[in-house]
Amino acid sequence: MKLKDKLKNISGAWYFLGVIILSYLYFLIFNKNIFFNSIDSFNSIILKIIPIFVLVFILMALSNYFITPAVVTKHIKDKGLKKWFFVIVGGVLSSGPIYMWYPLLASLKDKGLDYGLIACFLYNRAIKIPLIPLAIIYFSWQYILILCLVMVLVSVVQGILINNLMGVKNENSNSI
Amino acid sequence: MKESMIKSAKGLWKAFPMIIGTILLVSLISAIIPDSFYTMIFSKNSFLDSLIGGLVGSISAGSPITSYIFAGEMLIQGVGLVAVTAFLVSWVTVGIIQLPAESTILGKKFAILRNVTAFALSIVVAIITVLILEVVL
Repeated sequence: MKLKDKLKNISGAWYFLGVIILSYLYFLIFNKNIFFNSIDSFNSIILKIIPIFVLVFILMALSNYFITPAVVTKHIKDKGLKKWFFVIVGGVLSSGPIYMWYPLLASLKDKGLDYGLIACFLYNRAIKIPLIPLAIIYFSWQYILILCLVMVLVSVVQGILINNLMGVKNENSNSI
Repeated sequence: MKESMIKSAKGLWKAFPMIIGTILLVSLISAIIPDSFYTMIFSKNSFLDSLIGGLVGSISAGSPITSYIFAGEMLIQGVGLVAVTAFLVSWVTVGIIQLPAESTILGKKFAILRNVTAFALSIVVAIITVLILEVVL
């Protein structure tokens, strides 16, 4: 295989990683302070997300095993309001950085989860239950409660908007 | 079950360069942008500040814990609650830095639409939240 063909087979994601690594090399040469601060931050994030990686892997394996396209299609079509409820609860309870969940959501999308529900899930990830005590320290509990309720409602609005904009033709996804 | 695990491992491996690249990028931006930047750019005009709040939150990276601390400090320094709320909401719902990863894995059109609508909705959420709060309290 020629070098040109080999390069064609490399995913764009690896080029992205390559560019970022080159940026780090730039800072290593010209600004060691930024380089080492970034590396420290990278290490602390990696240590934090390793358990989440394991959790995501387990959830993906379980979903691949139990959630077949037929099962998802059946539940999403039959449950009406409940499917939104499940997606909202799932989003609120999920933890870790948002990009950790993309592979799982892509896998569920292949099994029939529509774009609106994915958007709704991602929006609800913004509600961080473990951080609520900290938020109450800076803001009032009334403010946090109202903010969370408004965000849950708006997550459904975003889901419907996304389905319309993406041209998802699924009667159930837009019927609340 | 073995097949499911292999499939999951392949899925994670496909996302691996994007995940590592994103974490490296987030770490680099956190190191380059000083904390004081966030409190320096607000004008104390509610509407403009909510737009700025939404924009700054959208391009910011880091733990949501940091966003609560920044937002709390902004509020103490006199930045309006609508702006602070837009900042808080967009910080966690819009992901400009994660956009390449989201586009690759979930699709470019979806990623762009989701982030654009999340940005617009962060301002809507901020206005509704503060309006309700004013009525309730």
